Amino acid sequence: MRNIGAIFGKEMKSYFVSPIAYVVIAVFLVISGYFFYGMLSSFVQLCIRANLQAHYYRMAPPKLNVNEWVIRPLFHNLSVIGIFMLPLITMRLYSEEKRSGTIELLLTSPITRVETLLGKFLAALALYGIMIGATLLHQVFLFGYGNPEGGPVLSGYIGLLLEGAAFLSVGLLISSLTKNQIIAAVGSFGAFLILWAIGWLADSTGPGLGKVLSSLSLIEHFDNFSKGIIDTGDLIFYLSFIFLGLFLTYRSVESERWR
Amino acid sequence: MIEVENLTKYYGSQMAIEDVNFTVEKGEILGFLGPNAAGKTTTMRILTCYMPATKGTARVAGYDVFEDSLQVRRRIGYLPENPPLYNDMSVSSYLGFVSRIKGIESNQRAKRVEEVMERCSITEVKDRVIGKLSKGYKQRVGLAQALIHDPEVLILDEPTVGLDPKQIIEVRELIKSLGGDHTVVVSSHILPEVSMTCQRVVIINEGKVVAEDTPENLTAKLKGSESIYLEVEGPQEEILQALKGVKGILEVKAEPKDGRSAFYLESELKKDIRRELSSLIVGKGWGLYEIRSRGMSLEEIFLHLTTKEEEV
Repeated sequence: MRNIGAIFGKEMKSYFVSPIAYVVIAVFLVISGYFFYGMLSSFVQLCIRANLQAHYYRMAPPKLNVNEWVIRPLFHNLSVIGIFMLPLITMRLYSEEKRSGTIELLLTSPITRVETLLGKFLAALALYGIMIGATLLHQVFLFGYGNPEGGPVLSGYIGLLLEGAAFLSVGLLISSLTKNQIIAAVGSFGAFLILWAIGWLADSTGPGLGKVLSSLSLIEHFDNFSKGIIDTGDLIFYLSFIFLGLFLTYRSVESERWR
Repeated sequence: MIEVENLTKYYGSQMAIEDVNFTVEKGEILGFLGPNAAGKTTTMRILTCYMPATKGTARVAGYDVFEDSLQVRRRIGYLPENPPLYNDMSVSSYLGFVSRIKGIESNQRAKRVEEVMERCSITEVKDRVIGKLSKGYKQRVGLAQALIHDPEVLILDEPTVGLDPKQIIEVRELIKSLGGDHTVVVSSHILPEVSMTCQRVVIINEGKVVAEDTPENLTAKLKGSESIYLEVEGPQEEILQALKGVKGILEVKAEPKDGRSAFYLESELKKDIRRELSSLIVGKGWGLYEIRSRGMSLEEIFLHLTTKEEEV
């Protein structure tokens, strides 16, 4: 446990000593802020128009749901922006250690490979947490000026965290396969896009394979969370996906020694 | 303290070391001498549990490097050929991190970091970023990293490479001062360096241990000679006399082998006498079954080593 903390601390320090953390968080917030602003202003216009229409036809003003019109699409946007940002968080975790030879220090110190792995994974997850945590500011505005439901917001963030953790475990695996950060980043980006879009093929591949493909898609499972539904099936999917990613990373680091 | 038995490592089908045997006593400084790519780094990496051996065993302080890897890693300080440094950290925060993963208690850490910086004379750069340090300072930070948990065994892979003469002398003094309390294994391809710092030397070439002795004895043993192996069918005594008559032969030893005789010859350096030998034996009507050069003699291995130092 103490050793996990040591690795975690080292990784966090190196995120924030180099500009990586600041750039990733800043770019993420600018883009998510842009989408939030766009969605919010079109929602406001929609509300005004609907009210005017209702007034004109002497009907009761319609109830437009801010959860459905703003929050849900916002979560989807955040998860897609995440696909572009997460490779930058994981790319150097193992590849840089391998390139600079510091992996020799880690592997010959009295800490286990699992501790190293968990320390790195938790640091990446923490940075991602800070990143999506900053978007809580958007929710503050929505709750301040409107009355959205709190439940779906909470489940949406849980979903974002789980989905991001799943992506991070894949990114960590790819980082452990190469010495080159750029290759790690591009490889992870490609893998994330495929994992995101794999469900699109579902309609054209027939019912059997289609079902498999659509349940493999990381986004498909996120949909329920963004609606406010926490399904044990989705939870188990994400948790086992994360476990598989971390397990394969562990194996990949381990296999390095046997070559 | 360190026992290595029949250690063998293959990378795929490529042999790196084969049947390496040696032991190191507690408090001893052992020099690990060999030309580049002889298998020094491979042996050290196995000893430090960085990778497992293909065959054979190695024990450090009584613990097997494969079975009790964690126990071994607690007791070992390792400086790889390229010091494992994080270039974006400052010296003191780097050593702080290393002291944590080496398992030093939190109330001891600051004190140990201070001590080790003092010992390696890097206190004056403790707040500088490692990436901006000179090669000499980086090497000493690497050494500090290996020493920080006061390990029983120190494994140093070419610790003086890339240093200037003054720094080399400092590092050698430091290594010498470690003997007694610590068991040290130092690798090098520079002969004088090893004879200056070590009590005993293991010479390794092409993955095999070719000699093991004190530096003084090794130097004495060196004669300018090349060795040849012969296997001949015929009267042993008569052949022996005939061989001794060949020009350039320094020493011949004979022993019976499967009904024939085996001869171990030492001949003058840089002179291939196999042609003369074979025509002599065939001319006398004896049966020549085998003739071969016995590979590199100790001398030739030494020629591949750096035997002189400039301006030191």
